[in-house]
Amino acid sequence: MDTDLTGALADDVDGAFPDLVRAHARLVWTVLARAGAGGEVEDLAQEVFVRAHRALHGYDADRRRALAVRSWLVTLALNIARNAARSATRRPRTVGLGTVAEPSDPGEAPEAAALRSATRARLATALAALPPAQRAAVVLRHVLGLPYAEAAAALGLPVGTVKAQVSRGVSALRADLGATGEREELG
Amino acid sequence: MSPVSVLRGLVLEPSPGFVDRTLTAVGLVDDYAVLDGPAGRWHVSWGPRGVSLVVATEDPAEFARVHAGRVGRPLRAAAGLPVALERALRTQRVPKGLRVELSRLSSFEQAVLAKAREIPRGEIRPYAWVAREIGRPAAVRAVGTALGRNPVPVLIPCHRVVRADGRIGEYVFGSAAKRALLQHEGVDTEELARLAATGVRYLGSDTTAVFCLPSCRDARRIGAAHRVAFRDERAARAARYRPCRHCRPVADSAPPRLTG
Repeated sequence: MDTDLTGALADDVDGAFPDLVRAHARLVWTVLARAGAGGEVEDLAQEVFVRAHRALHGYDADRRRALAVRSWLVTLALNIARNAARSATRRPRTVGLGTVAEPSDPGEAPEAAALRSATRARLATALAALPPAQRAAVVLRHVLGLPYAEAAAALGLPVGTVKAQVSRGVSALRADLGATGEREELG
Repeated sequence: MSPVSVLRGLVLEPSPGFVDRTLTAVGLVDDYAVLDGPAGRWHVSWGPRGVSLVVATEDPAEFARVHAGRVGRPLRAAAGLPVALERALRTQRVPKGLRVELSRLSSFEQAVLAKAREIPRGEIRPYAWVAREIGRPAAVRAVGTALGRNPVPVLIPCHRVVRADGRIGEYVFGSAAKRALLQHEGVDTEELARLAATGVRYLGSDTTAVFCLPSCRDARRIGAAHRVAFRDERAARAARYRPCRHCRPVADSAPPRLTG
């Protein structure tokens, strides 16, 4: 899916970089806000791309062409989030920053939309309460829709481990929401 | 509704302007300013790799639209043009070291524009001349299209490429602007059109026995008493004239001298 982009990056980093940022801004932002460890998402997301830009200039053309851009950016984002959390005097989490990307269905009744949005808010809270490893796995696999192989590459873990974390994470989300009486809604 | 399907709804959209702020932070940003030049108002942008775009428009919104499509970096308004850039646009004398950004163009388009850049100020060349010089003699129409895609008119003087029949041909800023730019640098467009209309393709000097394209600086130096007109290459060759090394009027013109 990224072959055009990696081809362009191989030829000309600065020429292709705007397209890279446009294509993956949402991915990086979502990883930091949903799977990160607090901090100002805007600053961290910017740092991810600044570091990516510098790194790309250090790679030769073959390495840029072979790059798995998505998982590489996710790894970078998670590292930056971890380092920021380690060095910062615990700042409050800013999970809600940014806006939900999913377009609202114009045919949807207002009550249904409100219900869905309320469910989403509860789910976001439950997700934020997961242990970091499960949270990262669930975000990559189910929020961002990365295939297991890519999620595993991004996390530097075996696929089996990531599958187990996703499965435990999803069960925990079900239990959390079920406990607040939303089981029927979440199936 | 399974939690899995609701999770997809937790993707977040970055804050508005995030992409532009990020590209600015890595230095991938263009400045722009306007110039009231010899052929109307132009918007001009330049960035990390040289001048990126020159558009003949009064409308900043239109310029931003074209810039987004062709360059793709954020834009910020500058107080004015860099002095050397403004001078190059006003005088149509472009220093060799002035960098322009052509990286988004195909290799064919880049070859056409690099060739156009070699045409000296005050001279003109036919489309077919460009096609021949870049080794694609049959691609005359494609040359015209590539010149029309020139992102930095004037700095790459695509206005100096005209039709072989003496008509001025098309131009990214319109034919009238093309004529104005050529006249601004001293090209006698009417005289050249008249020559072409009477079937004159080349001018020779009977003292040197060299024949040139009519706008070549060497042709312009030939005194009226020594000037010989030719309708085609065969006539010039039959008279034992050889092609000019500067304007290379025909296919097997001698290559340009490397020195002197």
